[in-house]
Amino acid sequence: MAKVRESVMRIVFLLTALMSVLCVLFVCFFLFTNGLPAIAKIGPLDFLGGIKWKPESNEFGIFPMILGSLYVTCGAIILGVPIGILTAVFIAFFCPTRIKSAVEFVTSLMAGIPSIIYGFFGLTVLVPLINDVFGVRGKGILAASVLLAIMILPTIISISQQALEAVQRSYFEGAIALGASKERSVFFVVLPAAKSGVLASIVLGIGRAIGETMAVVMVAGNQAVIPESVFDGVRTMTTNIVLEMGYAADLHREALIATGVVLFVFILLINMLFSILRSKERVQ
Amino acid sequence: MQIDHLEITALIGPSGCGKSTLLKTINRMNDLIDGFHIKGKVELDGKNIYESFDVNQLRKRVGMVFQKPNPFPMSIYDNIVFGPKTHGVKAKDELDEIVEKSLKRAALFDRVKDKLHKPALALSGGEQQRLCIARAIAINPEVLLLDEPTSALDPIATEKIEETVLELKKRYTIIIVTHNMQQAKRISDKTAFFLLGKLTEFAPTEQIFNQPVDKATRAYIKGKFG
Repeated sequence: MAKVRESVMRIVFLLTALMSVLCVLFVCFFLFTNGLPAIAKIGPLDFLGGIKWKPESNEFGIFPMILGSLYVTCGAIILGVPIGILTAVFIAFFCPTRIKSAVEFVTSLMAGIPSIIYGFFGLTVLVPLINDVFGVRGKGILAASVLLAIMILPTIISISQQALEAVQRSYFEGAIALGASKERSVFFVVLPAAKSGVLASIVLGIGRAIGETMAVVMVAGNQAVIPESVFDGVRTMTTNIVLEMGYAADLHREALIATGVVLFVFILLINMLFSILRSKERVQ
Repeated sequence: MQIDHLEITALIGPSGCGKSTLLKTINRMNDLIDGFHIKGKVELDGKNIYESFDVNQLRKRVGMVFQKPNPFPMSIYDNIVFGPKTHGVKAKDELDEIVEKSLKRAALFDRVKDKLHKPALALSGGEQQRLCIARAIAINPEVLLLDEPTSALDPIATEKIEETVLELKKRYTIIIVTHNMQQAKRISDKTAFFLLGKLTEFAPTEQIFNQPVDKATRAYIKGKFG
């Protein structure tokens, strides 16, 4: 009896485990069967390299959107990574124990705020601020980058902090014993030792930033043209889909799904990079 | 307790008797421990190390090698130049010279001269410990604290470290904590026996091992407890 129950449970566990695998496979199947024919129909070069997105005249070039995604992601990384890593260093080494749990609580809370709320914040605070300070419209690469930088902070902070705290204490002590200050020991010995974990946090942050949609759509301006300055409006791959999916039909609809394929490939590459970095960290 | 210049002083005693704590007091590594408390004083050249010294300057003069080899996860070369760079040496040729000199004194130079820029963690345990010694002497300390430097090593590596330590005695005042009484006997000039946090007996090594005054010392040396 017990044996029967055990094998039944094993099958249940197997099925539940298969569920997530199946979901991913279904998503892939749906994306590629709908997206790839569209890419073939438009022509891969015209699709990926075309700079004109005019669905009404059957022109589907997503190059401005690929560039847009890269621009806002780069901006978010440039602004968010230094702040995130320094915050992680602070929490791991310099934070007074009394306030450590409070700081950790706030950073984890940051991760839980819905992106639409960040979008509201961007729209009502960041955009007018940029407008005031620089005398430009406000919606554009800069606003989206700043907002994304804030949104990827919790990812970078928590993973970098884990990596820093996983570094053997003996490295830190060894540096201290050589007469190095605490700052020098942390930045020149512990931080380099945590390198792959910190890089992994950055890669995951890139993944978050490139896939973010709702917050970006509210502050980016969304013009489907190649931007010429950080104040120009920009449309990313994700916002391209969310803006037009509601009414698109036929090839237009398929072209949007194909945009999803390109995004998916980006995310896949980023995740592969992430797991490579993680396994490297474990080897060390 | 007086530690003399260019001598090797061994601190022995059963586990938990406070010998490592005392050692870590001498270069103020205990400062890192929360709630650490000190009574009494430690003087270097007649000056109280907890009052008259900048702690980083103190640690430059009093180097330390740990129980478990702890080279940094970087190249052999970078391991050694970390200390000198910390204390302001910048010129490349000067650093090169320090690396060579330190590795030679730690009897490691011939083994690693062709792979100075390879990762230090690829070395064997004994070599790693000698690298740590080289790293410690690269900042030219006056005193070297060795905290059970061979307890994580095999007998052959231990013998080599001991030879190195005897060689280092010509230049540095050495204080070594050891669990191995034979080691204390082999290399030290003076030996201090600790029991339950107290210095029980401190005398020339020969005297401690041949005619210990204290009963507990005698029992420990004969291996009756420990």
